[in-house]
Amino acid sequence: MSATTSSNPREDPQRSEDASWGGATSGTQPFWALAWLHLKYQFLETVRIPIAVLGNVLFPSLSMFFFVVPQTAVAGNPLFATTAVAALGLFAVCSASLFTYGLGVAEDRQLPFYPFLRSLPAGPGPQMVARVLNGGIFSLFGLVPLIIIGWLFTAATVTPGQLLAGIGTILAVSVPFVLLGMAVGYSLSAKAALPVVQIILFPLAFAGGLFLPPQLFPDWLDAISQATPTRAGRDLLVQAVTGVEAYPLALPVLAGWTLLFVVLAVLSYRNDEGRRFR
Amino acid sequence: MSAVEVRGVTRRFGDVVALDDVSLEVGHGELVGLLGPNGAGKSTLLSLVSGQRRPDAGVVRLHGRDPRDARARTVLGLTPQETGLPATLRVREVVDFVGGHYPDPVPTAELLEQFGLTDLGKRQTGSLSGGQKRRLAVAMSLVGRPGVVLLDEPTTGLDVSGRTALWDAIREYHAGGGTVLLTSHYLEEVQALAERVVVIDHGAVLADDSLGTILSRVGARRVQLTDAAGVRQEHLVADSDAFVRDLVTSGTEFRDLEIRGASLEEAFGQLVGHEATEGTLR
Repeated sequence: MSATTSSNPREDPQRSEDASWGGATSGTQPFWALAWLHLKYQFLETVRIPIAVLGNVLFPSLSMFFFVVPQTAVAGNPLFATTAVAALGLFAVCSASLFTYGLGVAEDRQLPFYPFLRSLPAGPGPQMVARVLNGGIFSLFGLVPLIIIGWLFTAATVTPGQLLAGIGTILAVSVPFVLLGMAVGYSLSAKAALPVVQIILFPLAFAGGLFLPPQLFPDWLDAISQATPTRAGRDLLVQAVTGVEAYPLALPVLAGWTLLFVVLAVLSYRNDEGRRFR
Repeated sequence: MSAVEVRGVTRRFGDVVALDDVSLEVGHGELVGLLGPNGAGKSTLLSLVSGQRRPDAGVVRLHGRDPRDARARTVLGLTPQETGLPATLRVREVVDFVGGHYPDPVPTAELLEQFGLTDLGKRQTGSLSGGQKRRLAVAMSLVGRPGVVLLDEPTTGLDVSGRTALWDAIREYHAGGGTVLLTSHYLEEVQALAERVVVIDHGAVLADDSLGTILSRVGARRVQLTDAAGVRQEHLVADSDAFVRDLVTSGTEFRDLEIRGASLEEAFGQLVGHEATEGTLR
């Protein structure tokens, strides 16, 4: 235990008097070291409960079989089929992000380990970054079977470059939804988070054209649609995998929502006082 | 600068005042026992010191800094609640995870060795016994070589040998200069470890003094004897010396004279104003 006493006290003169017993350190571990630590921890926790991983993988594939493969008009057309795979992939990622984070964080906060986690010397940043990355990893797991089904059972087609661009885009697009999920999870109890996530997810997915192509929308709905993060994300994703250009405001709209959700997530984390006193 | 400083702190939860203008200062290297019945405000106080909650009024400082700031918590170690370990993670993974937050952690193998957990390193924490979980919890509080350790019920549910082993680890940490703030249901534990005792109830500090002073506050001595008729008598007297002198002078026949000072339990019961049950509080 002598290592702490012999370590160099930092320059701060006011701290020198308690240089022994840990007083010498004035900062936390580097941000990315902590983010990596939390990512490992969260990944292990998620992966050790196989049903959670399996659900994430199965859900998009089943939707694909039920909603796309049977419709030959869509499944037989390379452009439509690719767009459908993209839209469904995005829906899967949005739903995984909102549920995992909205509900997952709310549930975590009710666990007795949570207050301990919050008192470790790490701010909210690394933990949030780790959550976003962990969400991305498991979203990718879910996308793999979806892409394989699209490839084997529909006319969907992409070049390797488009596939990579698509995966990159879908991960980037998932960020605002992960943040929105966290904002919900940090402000509500698990019981309240579930309906709230559903109320947010389904209208957003529908208005964003993830279930029905937005080309079928009346003008007024299309206008609303273009302001949603789902539509912006969908069009950017479709552009990446098919080359059909997104509407000009897609990127600014997505960036705007992302910024808003960052603020909401950080605010709700700050306001969260842990479990309520009983 | 104190290790822990709590100044004029008030914390409410809705209508309930959990802490009412509480002040407490813990110097470097002190070992302080925090006593109080459930709902007295102990847990709230610890959650303020560990930066989990914000006081409604007043100031909380950890080595001179606000524990709400993550950087201030690099000097802090604490135990999770026993039921709060992440069940699917292995013992070694949990220790690595916690240690990774600190600049100079105790190597995991060394720490597991110290707490007799070496053989359990690969086990998932969910499969540990209650005693093993307690040992792991205390190990987690010390992995970062903290300056201040908050131990919340460190040995609840342990058998005597398990408890003694953990007491030794806590004493060893304290002997190396560490500051300890300890809560316990076992008054015996506080009596065995703490040099200073702080009693809180209804959100206020009722007593804050050295263990000896707290004990002597209960001035009464318990005198027991068996009289000529063979009946066991018990007297609570203010001055046992005078009582015995009178007893002898009066020529009354007696045997098996026993005089005992108050235990911490009696002192506590008197301070808090209700009876503490056998060995534990509720």
